[in-house]
Amino acid sequence: MAEFRLPPNSRIKKGNHYAAPASASSVRRFAVYRYDPDSGENPRIDTYEVDMATCGPMVLDALIKIKNEIDPTLTFRRSCREGICGSCAMNIDGGNTLACTVASSDINGDVKIYPLPHMPVVKDLVPDLTNFYAQYASIKPWLQSRTPAPPDRERLQSKEDQEKIDEPAACILCACCSTSCPSYWWNSDRYLGPAALLAAYRWLVDSRDEATGERLDDLEDPFRLYRCHTIMNCTQTCPKGLNPARAIAETKKLLVERRH
Amino acid sequence: MNLRSPLSHVLGSGSAKDGTEHFWGQRLSALALLVLGLWFVIALWRIESLQYLDLIHWLRLPFNSVSLIFLCLTLAYHSKLGIQVIVEDYVGGAFIKVTAIILSNFAHLFVALAAVFSILKIAFGAQE
Repeated sequence: MAEFRLPPNSRIKKGNHYAAPASASSVRRFAVYRYDPDSGENPRIDTYEVDMATCGPMVLDALIKIKNEIDPTLTFRRSCREGICGSCAMNIDGGNTLACTVASSDINGDVKIYPLPHMPVVKDLVPDLTNFYAQYASIKPWLQSRTPAPPDRERLQSKEDQEKIDEPAACILCACCSTSCPSYWWNSDRYLGPAALLAAYRWLVDSRDEATGERLDDLEDPFRLYRCHTIMNCTQTCPKGLNPARAIAETKKLLVERRH
Repeated sequence: MNLRSPLSHVLGSGSAKDGTEHFWGQRLSALALLVLGLWFVIALWRIESLQYLDLIHWLRLPFNSVSLIFLCLTLAYHSKLGIQVIVEDYVGGAFIKVTAIILSNFAHLFVALAAVFSILKIAFGAQE
Protein backbone atom coordinates (compact mmCIF):
# COMPACT_ATOMS: atom_id res chain seq x y z
CA MET A 1 0.00 0.00 0.00
CA ALA A 2 1.29 3.46 -0.82
CA GLU A 3 2.43 5.34 2.27
CA PHE A 4 1.73 9.04 2.38
CA ARG A 5 3.32 9.77 5.76
CA LEU A 6 6.66 8.69 7.14
CA PRO A 7 6.54 5.98 9.80
CA PRO A 8 6.91 7.43 13.37
CA ASN A 9 10.57 6.43 13.68
CA SER A 10 11.42 8.19 10.40
CA ARG A 11 9.90 11.57 11.18
CA ILE A 12 12.50 14.31 11.21
CA LYS A 13 13.33 16.27 14.36
CA LYS A 14 15.31 19.45 14.95
CA GLY A 15 19.02 18.76 15.34
CA ASN A 16 22.23 20.45 16.40
CA HIS A 17 23.47 23.83 15.29
CA TYR A 18 27.15 24.39 14.54
CA ALA A 19 27.91 28.12 14.45
CA ALA A 20 30.63 29.55 12.23
CA PRO A 21 33.85 30.80 13.88
CA ALA A 22 33.86 34.51 14.66
CA SER A 23 36.56 35.08 12.05
CA ALA A 24 34.32 33.79 9.22
CA SER A 25 33.72 36.41 6.53
CA SER A 26 31.19 34.79 4.21
CA VAL A 27 28.85 32.47 6.13
CA ARG A 28 26.44 30.07 4.49
CA ARG A 29 24.06 27.73 6.32
CA PHE A 30 23.77 24.07 5.33
CA ALA A 31 20.80 22.11 6.72
CA VAL A 32 21.73 18.44 6.51
CA TYR A 33 19.65 15.32 7.18
CA ARG A 34 21.26 13.15 9.84
CA TYR A 35 20.25 9.61 10.73
CA ASP A 36 22.10 6.88 12.56
CA PRO A 37 20.11 3.65 12.74
CA ASP A 38 22.39 2.30 15.51
CA SER A 39 21.45 5.17 17.84
CA GLY A 40 17.75 4.27 17.83
CA GLU A 41 16.91 7.96 17.52
CA ASN A 42 14.75 9.65 14.90
CA PRO A 43 16.40 11.47 12.01
CA ARG A 44 17.25 15.12 12.61
CA ILE A 45 18.33 18.17 10.64
CA ASP A 46 21.68 19.57 11.73
CA THR A 47 22.60 23.06 10.59
CA TYR A 48 26.20 23.93 9.84
CA GLU A 49 27.48 27.43 9.24
CA VAL A 50 30.31 27.26 6.75
CA ASP A 51 32.75 30.02 5.88
CA MET A 52 32.53 30.08 2.09
CA ALA A 53 35.69 32.22 1.88
CA THR A 54 37.69 29.10 2.72
CA CYS A 55 35.44 26.56 0.96
CA GLY A 56 35.29 25.27 -2.63
CA PRO A 57 32.35 26.34 -4.78
CA MET A 58 30.36 23.11 -5.00
CA VAL A 59 27.96 21.65 -2.44
CA LEU A 60 30.23 18.61 -2.21
CA ASP A 61 33.13 20.89 -1.28
CA ALA A 62 31.04 22.23 1.60
CA LEU A 63 30.10 18.71 2.74
CA ILE A 64 33.76 17.66 2.70
CA LYS A 65 34.68 20.81 4.64
CA ILE A 66 31.99 20.07 7.22
CA LYS A 67 33.24 16.50 7.61
CA ASN A 68 36.91 17.54 7.81
CA GLU A 69 36.59 20.58 10.02
CA ILE A 70 33.25 20.65 11.84
CA ASP A 71 31.65 17.24 12.28
CA PRO A 72 33.55 14.08 11.29
CA THR A 73 30.47 11.90 11.96
CA LEU A 74 28.66 13.24 8.86
CA THR A 75 28.42 10.37 6.37
CA PHE A 76 28.02 10.61 2.61
CA ARG A 77 29.30 8.91 -0.54
CA ARG A 78 31.63 10.70 -2.92
CA SER A 79 34.41 9.80 -5.28
CA CYS A 80 35.22 11.51 -8.57
CA ARG A 81 33.97 15.03 -7.72
CA GLU A 82 33.32 15.71 -11.42
CA GLY A 83 29.92 14.18 -12.24
CA ILE A 84 31.17 10.87 -13.59
CA CYS A 85 30.84 8.33 -10.78
CA GLY A 86 27.36 9.21 -9.51
CA SER A 87 28.32 8.50 -5.90
CA CYS A 88 27.33 11.86 -4.41
CA ALA A 89 23.71 11.77 -5.66
CA MET A 90 21.46 13.35 -3.05
CA ASN A 91 18.48 15.65 -2.69
CA ILE A 92 19.73 19.24 -2.69
CA ASP A 93 17.40 22.23 -2.49
CA GLY A 94 14.42 19.97 -3.21
CA GLY A 95 15.79 18.21 -6.28
CA ASN A 96 17.85 15.08 -6.83
CA THR A 97 21.25 15.88 -8.22
CA LEU A 98 24.99 15.37 -7.79
CA ALA A 99 26.55 17.37 -4.96
CA CYS A 100 29.73 17.74 -6.99
CA THR A 101 28.08 19.50 -9.94
CA VAL A 102 25.87 21.96 -8.04
CA ALA A 103 27.37 25.26 -6.92
CA SER A 104 26.35 26.45 -3.46
CA SER A 105 26.01 29.96 -4.91
CA ASP A 106 23.25 28.78 -7.27
CA ILE A 107 20.99 27.98 -4.31
CA ASN A 108 18.92 30.64 -2.59
CA GLY A 109 18.75 30.68 1.22
CA ASP A 110 19.88 27.75 3.33
CA VAL A 111 21.28 24.79 1.41
CA LYS A 112 18.99 21.89 2.34
CA ILE A 113 20.52 18.47 1.83
CA TYR A 114 18.65 15.16 2.19
CA PRO A 115 19.39 11.63 1.00
CA LEU A 116 17.72 10.41 -2.21
CA PRO A 117 13.98 10.20 -1.46
CA HIS A 118 12.00 7.11 -0.50
CA MET A 119 14.99 4.79 -0.11
CA PRO A 120 16.07 3.00 3.06
CA VAL A 121 18.81 5.08 4.69
CA VAL A 122 22.03 3.33 5.73
CA LYS A 123 23.33 6.46 7.50
CA ASP A 124 22.90 10.22 6.98
CA LEU A 125 23.08 10.86 3.22
CA VAL A 126 23.80 7.25 2.24
CA PRO A 127 20.79 5.41 0.80
CA ASP A 128 20.59 1.64 0.42
CA LEU A 129 20.75 1.04 -3.34
CA THR A 130 20.68 -2.78 -3.19
CA ASN A 131 17.31 -3.06 -4.92
CA PHE A 132 18.28 -0.39 -7.47
CA TYR A 133 21.41 -2.30 -8.49
CA ALA A 134 19.53 -5.62 -8.60
CA GLN A 135 17.02 -3.99 -10.97
CA TYR A 136 19.89 -2.88 -13.18
CA ALA A 137 21.32 -6.41 -13.15
CA SER A 138 17.90 -7.86 -14.01
CA ILE A 139 17.78 -6.20 -17.44
CA LYS A 140 20.98 -8.08 -18.44
CA PRO A 141 23.08 -5.01 -19.20
CA TRP A 142 25.47 -6.70 -21.58
CA LEU A 143 25.60 -7.56 -25.28
CA GLN A 144 23.70 -10.73 -26.15
CA SER A 145 24.44 -12.18 -29.54
CA ARG A 146 24.19 -15.62 -31.15
CA THR A 147 26.41 -14.63 -34.07
CA PRO A 148 30.02 -15.09 -32.98
CA ALA A 149 32.20 -11.98 -33.09
CA PRO A 150 34.55 -11.81 -36.11
CA PRO A 151 37.84 -13.43 -35.10
CA ASP A 152 39.97 -10.57 -36.35
CA ARG A 153 38.12 -7.42 -35.29
CA GLU A 154 35.29 -5.88 -33.26
CA ARG A 155 31.60 -6.14 -34.13
CA LEU A 156 31.05 -3.30 -36.55
CA GLN A 157 28.42 -0.64 -36.07
CA SER A 158 27.50 2.29 -38.32
CA LYS A 159 27.91 5.83 -37.09
CA GLU A 160 24.12 6.31 -37.12
CA ASP A 161 23.57 3.15 -35.05
CA GLN A 162 26.26 4.21 -32.60
CA GLU A 163 24.59 7.58 -32.14
CA LYS A 164 21.39 5.81 -31.03
CA ILE A 165 23.14 4.42 -27.96
CA ASP A 166 25.28 7.47 -27.28
CA GLU A 167 22.81 9.13 -24.95
CA PRO A 168 21.40 6.15 -23.01
CA ALA A 169 24.92 4.76 -22.59
CA ALA A 170 25.94 7.99 -20.83
CA CYS A 171 23.90 7.06 -17.74
CA ILE A 172 26.07 6.94 -14.61
CA LEU A 173 23.53 5.03 -12.46
CA CYS A 174 23.40 7.74 -9.81
CA ALA A 175 19.71 6.83 -9.09
CA CYS A 176 18.58 10.48 -9.17
CA CYS A 177 15.88 9.66 -11.75
CA SER A 178 14.43 6.52 -10.19
CA THR A 179 14.24 8.07 -6.73
CA SER A 180 12.49 11.17 -8.09
CA CYS A 181 9.69 9.08 -9.62
CA PRO A 182 6.46 8.82 -7.55
CA SER A 183 5.61 5.59 -9.33
CA TYR A 184 8.96 4.20 -8.17
CA TRP A 185 8.29 5.43 -4.63
CA TRP A 186 5.04 3.47 -4.45
CA ASN A 187 6.05 0.35 -6.37
CA SER A 188 9.84 0.04 -6.42
CA ASP A 189 9.51 -3.64 -5.52
CA ARG A 190 8.03 -4.36 -8.96
CA TYR A 191 8.52 -1.28 -11.16
CA LEU A 192 12.04 -1.23 -12.61
CA GLY A 193 12.27 2.56 -12.55
CA PRO A 194 13.64 4.99 -15.14
CA ALA A 195 17.33 4.19 -14.66
CA ALA A 196 16.98 0.44 -15.29
CA LEU A 197 14.55 1.10 -18.17
CA LEU A 198 16.96 3.58 -19.75
CA ALA A 199 19.68 0.94 -19.48
CA ALA A 200 17.32 -1.64 -21.03
CA TYR A 201 16.59 0.76 -23.90
CA ARG A 202 20.33 1.24 -24.47
CA TRP A 203 20.52 -2.50 -25.33
CA LEU A 204 17.21 -2.57 -27.22
CA VAL A 205 18.53 -0.07 -29.75
CA ASP A 206 22.04 -1.50 -29.96
CA SER A 207 22.38 -2.73 -33.56
CA ARG A 208 24.85 -5.45 -32.45
CA ASP A 209 22.50 -7.00 -29.90
CA GLU A 210 20.42 -10.00 -30.99
CA ALA A 211 18.17 -10.37 -27.95
CA THR A 212 15.74 -7.51 -28.64
CA GLY A 213 12.75 -9.87 -28.63
CA GLU A 214 13.70 -11.52 -25.34
CA ARG A 215 14.47 -8.14 -23.80
CA LEU A 216 11.05 -6.80 -24.83
CA ASP A 217 9.41 -10.00 -23.51
CA ASP A 218 11.05 -9.44 -20.14
CA LEU A 219 9.92 -5.81 -19.99
CA GLU A 220 6.33 -6.37 -21.13
CA ASP A 221 4.71 -6.31 -17.74
CA PRO A 222 2.09 -4.07 -16.07
CA PHE A 223 4.55 -3.29 -13.28
CA ARG A 224 8.09 -3.62 -14.64
CA LEU A 225 7.51 -1.14 -17.48
CA TYR A 226 3.95 0.13 -17.51
CA ARG A 227 4.03 1.69 -14.02
CA CYS A 228 5.63 4.61 -15.87
CA HIS A 229 2.87 7.21 -16.16
CA THR A 230 4.99 9.76 -18.03
CA ILE A 231 5.36 12.00 -14.99
CA MET A 232 8.77 13.07 -16.39
CA ASN A 233 10.43 13.83 -13.05
CA CYS A 234 13.23 11.53 -14.26
CA THR A 235 14.09 13.70 -17.26
CA GLN A 236 13.63 16.87 -15.24
CA THR A 237 16.09 15.80 -12.55
CA CYS A 238 18.78 13.87 -14.48
CA PRO A 239 22.09 15.59 -13.63
CA LYS A 240 23.57 14.33 -16.90
CA GLY A 241 20.78 15.84 -19.01
CA LEU A 242 19.56 12.45 -20.27
CA ASN A 243 15.97 11.62 -21.15
CA PRO A 244 14.79 8.36 -19.51
CA ALA A 245 11.12 9.32 -20.12
CA ARG A 246 11.70 9.33 -23.89
CA ALA A 247 13.54 5.97 -23.69
CA ILE A 248 10.57 4.47 -21.83
CA ALA A 249 8.11 5.92 -24.35
CA GLU A 250 10.20 4.47 -27.21
CA THR A 251 10.21 1.08 -25.48
CA LYS A 252 6.40 1.17 -25.21
CA LYS A 253 6.30 2.10 -28.90
CA LEU A 254 8.46 -0.91 -29.80
CA LEU A 255 6.06 -3.15 -27.87
CA VAL A 256 3.02 -1.72 -29.68
CA GLU A 257 4.72 -1.93 -33.07
CA ARG A 258 5.63 -5.57 -32.77
CA ARG A 259 1.95 -6.47 -32.28
CA HIS A 260 0.88 -5.01 -35.63
CA MET B 1 15.41 -13.48 8.00
CA ASN B 2 15.10 -13.42 4.24
CA LEU B 3 17.95 -15.14 2.49
CA ARG B 4 16.72 -14.60 -1.07
CA SER B 5 19.13 -12.57 -3.16
CA PRO B 6 18.11 -9.03 -4.22
CA LEU B 7 18.13 -10.17 -7.86
CA SER B 8 15.76 -13.02 -7.05
CA HIS B 9 13.38 -10.48 -5.47
CA VAL B 10 13.47 -8.29 -8.57
CA LEU B 11 13.04 -11.18 -11.02
CA GLY B 12 10.12 -12.51 -8.98
CA SER B 13 7.76 -14.66 -11.04
CA GLY B 14 9.00 -13.16 -14.29
CA SER B 15 7.26 -10.91 -16.76
CA ALA B 16 3.47 -11.13 -17.13
CA LYS B 17 3.91 -10.54 -20.92
CA ASP B 18 0.96 -8.20 -20.60
CA GLY B 19 0.23 -4.51 -20.34
CA THR B 20 0.70 -3.39 -23.94
CA GLU B 21 -2.96 -3.93 -24.78
CA HIS B 22 -3.93 -1.92 -21.70
CA PHE B 23 -1.51 0.87 -22.65
CA TRP B 24 -2.64 0.98 -26.29
CA GLY B 25 -6.33 0.71 -25.35
CA GLN B 26 -6.01 3.65 -23.00
CA ARG B 27 -4.40 5.83 -25.69
CA LEU B 28 -6.86 4.83 -28.40
CA SER B 29 -9.91 5.31 -26.18
CA ALA B 30 -8.56 8.71 -25.08
CA LEU B 31 -8.33 9.72 -28.72
CA ALA B 32 -11.83 8.41 -29.44
CA LEU B 33 -13.18 10.27 -26.40
CA LEU B 34 -11.66 13.50 -27.67
CA VAL B 35 -13.54 13.18 -30.97
CA LEU B 36 -16.77 11.82 -29.46
CA GLY B 37 -16.72 14.32 -26.62
CA LEU B 38 -16.33 17.21 -29.06
CA TRP B 39 -19.17 15.82 -31.17
CA PHE B 40 -21.41 15.51 -28.10
CA VAL B 41 -20.77 19.05 -26.86
CA ILE B 42 -21.20 20.60 -30.31
CA ALA B 43 -24.32 18.51 -31.02
CA LEU B 44 -25.97 19.57 -27.75
CA TRP B 45 -24.99 23.15 -28.38
CA ARG B 46 -26.62 23.09 -31.82
CA ILE B 47 -29.94 21.67 -30.65
CA GLU B 48 -32.44 24.44 -30.88
CA SER B 49 -34.25 23.54 -27.69
CA LEU B 50 -33.29 21.40 -24.72
CA GLN B 51 -36.89 20.53 -23.93
CA TYR B 52 -37.67 16.91 -23.08
CA LEU B 53 -39.43 16.08 -26.35
CA ASP B 54 -36.81 17.82 -28.48
CA LEU B 55 -34.05 15.81 -26.83
CA ILE B 56 -36.01 12.56 -27.32
CA HIS B 57 -36.41 13.44 -30.96
CA TRP B 58 -32.69 14.19 -31.27
CA LEU B 59 -31.75 10.94 -29.57
CA ARG B 60 -33.96 8.90 -31.90
CA LEU B 61 -31.95 9.89 -34.95
CA PRO B 62 -29.90 6.75 -35.71
CA PHE B 63 -26.57 8.56 -36.04
CA ASN B 64 -27.07 10.25 -32.67
CA SER B 65 -28.13 7.02 -30.90
CA VAL B 66 -25.17 5.04 -32.27
CA SER B 67 -22.69 7.84 -31.56
CA LEU B 68 -23.95 8.23 -28.00
CA ILE B 69 -23.71 4.46 -27.40
CA PHE B 70 -20.18 4.61 -28.81
CA LEU B 71 -19.37 7.50 -26.43
CA CYS B 72 -20.80 5.68 -23.38
CA LEU B 73 -18.95 2.43 -24.15
CA THR B 74 -15.66 4.22 -24.81
CA LEU B 75 -16.07 6.26 -21.63
CA ALA B 76 -16.73 3.13 -19.57
CA TYR B 77 -13.78 1.29 -21.16
CA HIS B 78 -11.40 4.22 -20.63
CA SER B 79 -12.56 4.65 -17.04
CA LYS B 80 -12.18 0.92 -16.34
CA LEU B 81 -8.56 1.04 -17.58
CA GLY B 82 -7.82 4.19 -15.57
CA ILE B 83 -9.32 2.93 -12.32
CA GLN B 84 -7.35 -0.30 -12.71
CA VAL B 85 -4.10 1.70 -12.92
CA ILE B 86 -5.00 3.73 -9.83
CA VAL B 87 -5.81 0.57 -7.86
CA GLU B 88 -2.60 -1.12 -8.98
CA ASP B 89 -0.62 2.01 -8.06
CA TYR B 90 -1.98 2.60 -4.59
CA VAL B 91 -3.60 -0.58 -3.25
CA GLY B 92 -1.27 -3.18 -1.76
CA GLY B 93 -2.06 -6.76 -0.88
CA ALA B 94 -3.00 -9.15 -3.67
CA PHE B 95 -6.46 -10.01 -2.34
CA ILE B 96 -7.71 -6.44 -1.87
CA LYS B 97 -6.12 -5.33 -5.12
CA VAL B 98 -7.59 -8.11 -7.27
CA THR B 99 -11.00 -7.83 -5.54
CA ALA B 100 -11.07 -4.05 -6.12
CA ILE B 101 -10.20 -4.48 -9.81
CA ILE B 102 -12.85 -7.19 -10.31
CA LEU B 103 -15.52 -5.09 -8.57
CA SER B 104 -14.53 -2.03 -10.59
CA ASN B 105 -14.71 -4.02 -13.85
CA PHE B 106 -18.20 -5.30 -13.06
CA ALA B 107 -19.36 -1.85 -11.97
CA HIS B 108 -18.11 -0.34 -15.24
CA LEU B 109 -19.78 -3.11 -17.24
CA PHE B 110 -23.04 -2.53 -15.37
CA VAL B 111 -22.97 1.23 -15.98
CA ALA B 112 -22.09 0.73 -19.65
CA LEU B 113 -24.93 -1.78 -20.15
CA ALA B 114 -27.38 0.48 -18.33
CA ALA B 115 -26.39 3.41 -20.57
CA VAL B 116 -26.79 1.34 -23.74
CA PHE B 117 -30.14 -0.01 -22.53
CA SER B 118 -31.39 3.49 -21.74
CA ILE B 119 -30.37 4.89 -25.11
CA LEU B 120 -31.92 1.95 -26.97
CA LYS B 121 -35.09 2.22 -24.91
CA ILE B 122 -35.47 5.83 -25.95
CA ALA B 123 -34.41 5.14 -29.55
CA PHE B 124 -36.86 2.26 -30.01
CA GLY B 125 -39.44 3.52 -27.52
CA ALA B 126 -43.10 4.14 -28.27
CA GLN B 127 -44.07 7.43 -29.80
CA GLU B 128 -44.64 10.16 -27.28
